[in-house]
Amino acid sequence: MAHGPATLADGWGKYISRWVFTTNHKDIGTLYLWFSFAMFIMGGAFAMIIRAELFQPGMQLIKPEFFNQMTTMHGLVMVFGAIMPAFVGLANWLIPMMIGAPDMALPRMNNLSFWILPFAFAILTSTLFMEGGGPNFGWTFYAPLSTTYAPDTVNYFIFGVHIMGASSIMGSINIIATVMNMRAPGMTYMKMPLFVWTWVITAFLLVAVMPVLAGAVTMMLMDINFGTSFFDAAGGGDPVLFQHIFWFFGHPEVYIIILPAFGVVSQIIPTFSRKPLFGYSSMVYATAAIAFLSFVVWAHHMFTVGMPIAGELYFMYATMLIAVPTGVKVFNWITTMYRGSLTFETPMLFSIAFVILFTFGGFTGMMLSIAAADMQYHDTYFVVAHFHYVMVAGAVFSGTAAVYYWLPKWCGRMYDETMGKVQFWIAFIGFNITFMPQHFLGLAGMPRRYADYGLQFADWNMVSSIGAFMYGGAQILFLFNVIRTIGWGKPTDDPQVWEGAEGLEWTVPTPAPYHTFATPPKVK
Amino acid sequence: MLKRAQALFLGLLSPVIALAMAGNVSAESATRQLNMPQGVTEVSQAAYDIHMIMMWICTVIGIAVFGFMFYVMYAHRKSRGAVAANFHENHVVELIWTIVPALILIVMAIPATTALLKVYDTENADIDIKVTGYQWKWQYEYIGEGVKYMSELRTSQDEIYGRAPKGEHYLREVTEPLVIPTGKKVRFLITGNDVIHSWWVPDFGVKRDAVPGLFTAAWAKTDVPGTYVGECTELCGIGHAFMPVVVEVKEEAEYNEWLAGKKAEVAEYASTIGKEWTFDELMVRGEEVYERSCAACHQSDGNGIPGVFPALKDSPIALGAKEGHIAVLIDGVAGTSMQSFADQLSEVDIAAVVHYERNAWGNDVGDVTQPIDVLNYKQGQ
Ligand code: HEM
Ligand SMILES: [Cu+2]
Repeated sequence: MAHGPATLADGWGKYISRWVFTTNHKDIGTLYLWFSFAMFIMGGAFAMIIRAELFQPGMQLIKPEFFNQMTTMHGLVMVFGAIMPAFVGLANWLIPMMIGAPDMALPRMNNLSFWILPFAFAILTSTLFMEGGGPNFGWTFYAPLSTTYAPDTVNYFIFGVHIMGASSIMGSINIIATVMNMRAPGMTYMKMPLFVWTWVITAFLLVAVMPVLAGAVTMMLMDINFGTSFFDAAGGGDPVLFQHIFWFFGHPEVYIIILPAFGVVSQIIPTFSRKPLFGYSSMVYATAAIAFLSFVVWAHHMFTVGMPIAGELYFMYATMLIAVPTGVKVFNWITTMYRGSLTFETPMLFSIAFVILFTFGGFTGMMLSIAAADMQYHDTYFVVAHFHYVMVAGAVFSGTAAVYYWLPKWCGRMYDETMGKVQFWIAFIGFNITFMPQHFLGLAGMPRRYADYGLQFADWNMVSSIGAFMYGGAQILFLFNVIRTIGWGKPTDDPQVWEGAEGLEWTVPTPAPYHTFATPPKVK
Repeated sequence: MLKRAQALFLGLLSPVIALAMAGNVSAESATRQLNMPQGVTEVSQAAYDIHMIMMWICTVIGIAVFGFMFYVMYAHRKSRGAVAANFHENHVVELIWTIVPALILIVMAIPATTALLKVYDTENADIDIKVTGYQWKWQYEYIGEGVKYMSELRTSQDEIYGRAPKGEHYLREVTEPLVIPTGKKVRFLITGNDVIHSWWVPDFGVKRDAVPGLFTAAWAKTDVPGTYVGECTELCGIGHAFMPVVVEVKEEAEYNEWLAGKKAEVAEYASTIGKEWTFDELMVRGEEVYERSCAACHQSDGNGIPGVFPALKDSPIALGAKEGHIAVLIDGVAGTSMQSFADQLSEVDIAAVVHYERNAWGNDVGDVTQPIDVLNYKQGQ
């Protein structure tokens, strides 16, 4: 078969080799998306264990040692396994179709950057079954807890992080190369859909900071195995150095997670408002400004570490500034809806919830940026609530919106609208029951990463756990709805799918053929 | 919108709250504090004030923005016959919503800065206390007074694992709290011994990381006597949730009396160190020390956690020469989480726990380890 992908009808051997050796951006996008969903379920299972243990005070189900492994693995798997690959999957599917390119610029590297990921996560999760257990030092793996005091399996963790980093770097180089070289004639930069813009900027962030993460884990590796003392005070090193290096990666990382999500809702809101995106160019500039600022605010994660006051003041002011471009984005989305002709299909519901809840997370972000108040918030459930509002109601909601929005284009079948809406409402309500009370818990004094807590925190923890199970249930419904759509959804061949949809990806047939734009379209 | 969401939210929660109150957790002890405490120091008050200012600003902006958004969602829906306009930019509006938030932030920066200056105003303290984070306890040292002690969780393992009912102060009680006087500026010099911990007393507005190799300063001055409970807020291993901070603020006279008592204890201890202890006395004391300081890692049955913490039962060190065993406790084992206990435990306690480990769980060495053996080892170094 020279053209057209192998299907199951060609036999298992051919079918499996199709997926293993594929260089097709749509296939690779699909692989990324399924992989990330599998990781999402696994990370979610870890979260359910955490919330079940925290349902009541006292240790009931697991030991603190395992609890720490669960919080660590939950964070790592969700950030590196679920959210990041999900957006790379969307990028693979959509960027070539949005800019009128036949495929990604570097298809073989594309295959490689996906296929090393399952190995990274196999290595990482296998540590849970080893003597000594998995990583237990938090997703931020502060030294020396992650070096001198870590279980031996930390070496597997380091290896896994290296592989993920390599995958991300290759993925981003590919995106940058594609966007710079493969735009259809007439597709100037300032005509690119916002999703493409946010991804290019994200890719630059990734190329800049993933090597820093690799450096951090390599220094750990040296400290653990080769007698160096980068982070060991007894040998003249400095544990605080680790935090500076980690957060120089870590703060841009949180924008790596959210910028593509901005891109997604910037595609969806105009469609269901039947009106072009308001302030396109200011959206592009705001994204660039956020990306730039993200490099210069990292130590706002370290307000309690005892920096000199000049440092504290600088990082406080710089962090406060981020609210300005972030505000511009929110205002633009709302003004896009203003005087539109709105309908509320599932992708739109998730996008609107994104705007509301992400903004809420932005508000708590502004509060956290005030160093004197952060001394009270830091490392409590208030911070946990903050970053789940921006990462779950931000990144995960927008990812869900994206799947509902583009799925009909990908597979030529409509999802069930009622089931989609039911899932939305369960997710929305479950999410808020889980994380709203965590603000109260944090303010009342409950630290994060606690396996057990005093009786005064019992009520809200129970509420939060119930919400978490509800939110978890919504994801099962999501999986069901996606499988049902792909297998049995109502067929559609309308290229545009949505009445108000604009952009090149809606000009190709539905379902999108295996190869699109073999001859580039003309963009006016 | 906010009101509606709030009502909806509370409505949804009411059965859950009822459930929680009916559970085995006593309702009285579960205070339903929702907001940051105002606390009892200038710093905690400053943090609270700026927190409230920020919260109100966010609430006002939130009501305006979400209110407008909900209006749009109501008024401009297709089902009500709305027809889409076609505008897509307006430089004036865009400029306004860039500049106005920037101005708000500049105004905010002023109280934010003054509050932070207060936090950092650590000069001219009346009393200096060194706070050291250990896995998983705090050490307090009254600098210049010769008084130094460990403060550890008092809640029993049985309460934690549900084998005994949980007491009123579950996880909020320690062997010996930190004691400070009213009306004096107390400076805390905070550091870590092994991994990073963080010393937090919400009512003082003090949260500082306890970083090995680094000293940072924080301060508190209050006129309100009482007991204030805080926590460790930096992940520090298995005992992270089990090393609370408890501070007692006493009137000055009471404080002085307490301090004099502590000094007397130190003097009295010096006289017991030469005493001969019997086999059984040491076993009893040794078990207490073991449970408090060793069992978290090596486990109560001496079996450790395979791959992480070695077993002491049948271990070559416990069965070998006494000096080697003492050496491990005094010097620690470099490059592992076995730290030195020289500073954490007294000679008597080290002797007792060594003795216990050599004679418990079927480790029948049969010898006796005296405090003087420990002292000799220390002096021989
Ligand atoms: C207006 C924008 C934002 C501001 C001003 C802001 C500010 C902050 C600050 C000051 C902290 C440190 C809190 C502490 O540990 O005491 C923090 C934590 C965090 N933020 Fe944000 N944030 C913003 C948006 C975001 C976004 C968009 C994301 C990601 C999608 C994000 C993810 C996180 C995460 C993951 C943490 C916690 C990291 C950890 O300690 O594990 N934030 N934020
Ligand atoms: Cu940050």
